[in-house]
Amino acid sequence: MDGAFNKVIASITLRAVFGRKRALLFAVPPLILILITVVLKAARPPGTPWPGRILGDFGFSVVLSLTALIIGTSVLGAEIDEGSIVHLLATPVRRSSVIVTKFVIGAVLTMAFVAVPELVAGLIATGGFTRLAVGLFVGALAGSVVYNAVFVMLSVLTTRAIAVGLLYVLIWEVVLGNFVSGARLLSVEQYALGVANSIAHYGALNAGLTLTTALIMGVIVTVVTLVFATRRLSEFSLKGDAV
Amino acid sequence: MSTVELRNVSRWYGNVVAVNDITMTIGPGVTGLLGPNGAGKSTVLHLIAGFLAPSRGEVTVGGAASWRNPGIYRTVGLVPERDSVYAFLTGEEFVRDTATLHQLADPAGAARRAIAIADMADAQGRRISTYSKGMRQRIKVAAALVHDPQVLLLDEPFNGMDPRQRLHMMDLLIKLGAEGRTILLSSHILEEVEQLADTIQVIVSGRLAASGDFRAIRRLMTSRPHVFLVRSSDDRRLGSALIGRPAVTGVELTGGGLQVRASDFGAFSRELAGLARDQDIRLRELLPEDESLESVFAYLVES
Repeated sequence: MDGAFNKVIASITLRAVFGRKRALLFAVPPLILILITVVLKAARPPGTPWPGRILGDFGFSVVLSLTALIIGTSVLGAEIDEGSIVHLLATPVRRSSVIVTKFVIGAVLTMAFVAVPELVAGLIATGGFTRLAVGLFVGALAGSVVYNAVFVMLSVLTTRAIAVGLLYVLIWEVVLGNFVSGARLLSVEQYALGVANSIAHYGALNAGLTLTTALIMGVIVTVVTLVFATRRLSEFSLKGDAV
Repeated sequence: MSTVELRNVSRWYGNVVAVNDITMTIGPGVTGLLGPNGAGKSTVLHLIAGFLAPSRGEVTVGGAASWRNPGIYRTVGLVPERDSVYAFLTGEEFVRDTATLHQLADPAGAARRAIAIADMADAQGRRISTYSKGMRQRIKVAAALVHDPQVLLLDEPFNGMDPRQRLHMMDLLIKLGAEGRTILLSSHILEEVEQLADTIQVIVSGRLAASGDFRAIRRLMTSRPHVFLVRSSDDRRLGSALIGRPAVTGVELTGGGLQVRASDFGAFSRELAGLARDQDIRLRELLPEDESLESVFAYLVES
């Protein structure tokens, strides 16, 4: 109980997350990814670079980011919106423990709903455990971690975490991260692609960062956002009555 | 360990002042936090519970600042007004999980005890989503009591309760207060507060309008005449004798007796018996008519 990960909070979080209809959305983007992969595999001749475009660009910038957004805001944001978080916070449990537990649950769920489907899609696309399939899997694991830290922080910062997160994904990750070279240093998609490409060595992945840069920046962003989220949760306020 | 203190506490939101320079000390026993809607009651409770930062001043529980201090929850139990609990858990799971988060040695045993205190043993195996509003209130009370706190804060605890549940809750709070715990509850149901609170804190427009025993507060409000109902062997004769006394400002003969308005509570109380004896009138009943919490509250809000 004294560790950063709290089993009771984890259990409540999992039951809360899967008790909401929103949980059905977790599976939609990965299913679309696998479906597209199956269709392209059947339609395209081998040797063309479509796996990099679909599994890398589309998989990381759309499937990974959107699924992480839905999951990352579900693990904490929904409890804050409903007000049930008060019962958790009216105990001496450390606020860092709440944040770390929520983050771990979000990251693991995102890995299950995105990294595993990425691996499956990679296996289908390349016909086996190729460097590309493994690289995409590992890249998606890394992306799941960083994205969830960002979205858990957003949940504490604003009650409109999904809307703000969607704008962030569309404007920063999809547009600026891919087309403005300076923005890549602060793009989670680019961290994931950097990790994936260090294994896959696949030019069509559009990776703009080296493994070292991707790892260092990924760790910094994860730690900074989690520390900030903990600080904000420590200052969680209930609305009083104004005169 | 169980004293709650607010020292020159203000809380504002932009230009709107919700709580204005309040100083109060709340000790063991049951204290009622009263005020009209929007007066600042919930703000004060949230400040004490550590869920709101004071804009100015200091809020302490047992000598420790409540803001940004999760350690206070070892001695504080909170029953929030908002009806938002983990509805997918059973009542027993909710209270036991709360006990585990408090790092109690025997969470299951502590949960059993708290559920029994809140009279929820029969429904503890059901999901909270199936509970009535009153049952949700009681399971929240059980969760707030599970770590045996010295300070219990309750925001409108009687909301949604049926009369039997209200009586049970009142008995429980009186018992907890008698055990030396500090119980602070906000409520707009004055009847309940009157029956269970030892002292009241009245907040009007963000300011502390009155503090202490409400009967004593009423007696100090000398600008308002005190109203009594007197029944005697001859109300009409007693009325004409009373109207000649300087402490009496008005007399009305009603169907139920003699309604007397006195400007001086002490003088009237002293003179009435002597006057009745001199007039050979037998006093049968003397009831203060506006010493109820409701009339004290109404006076404070109007003034």
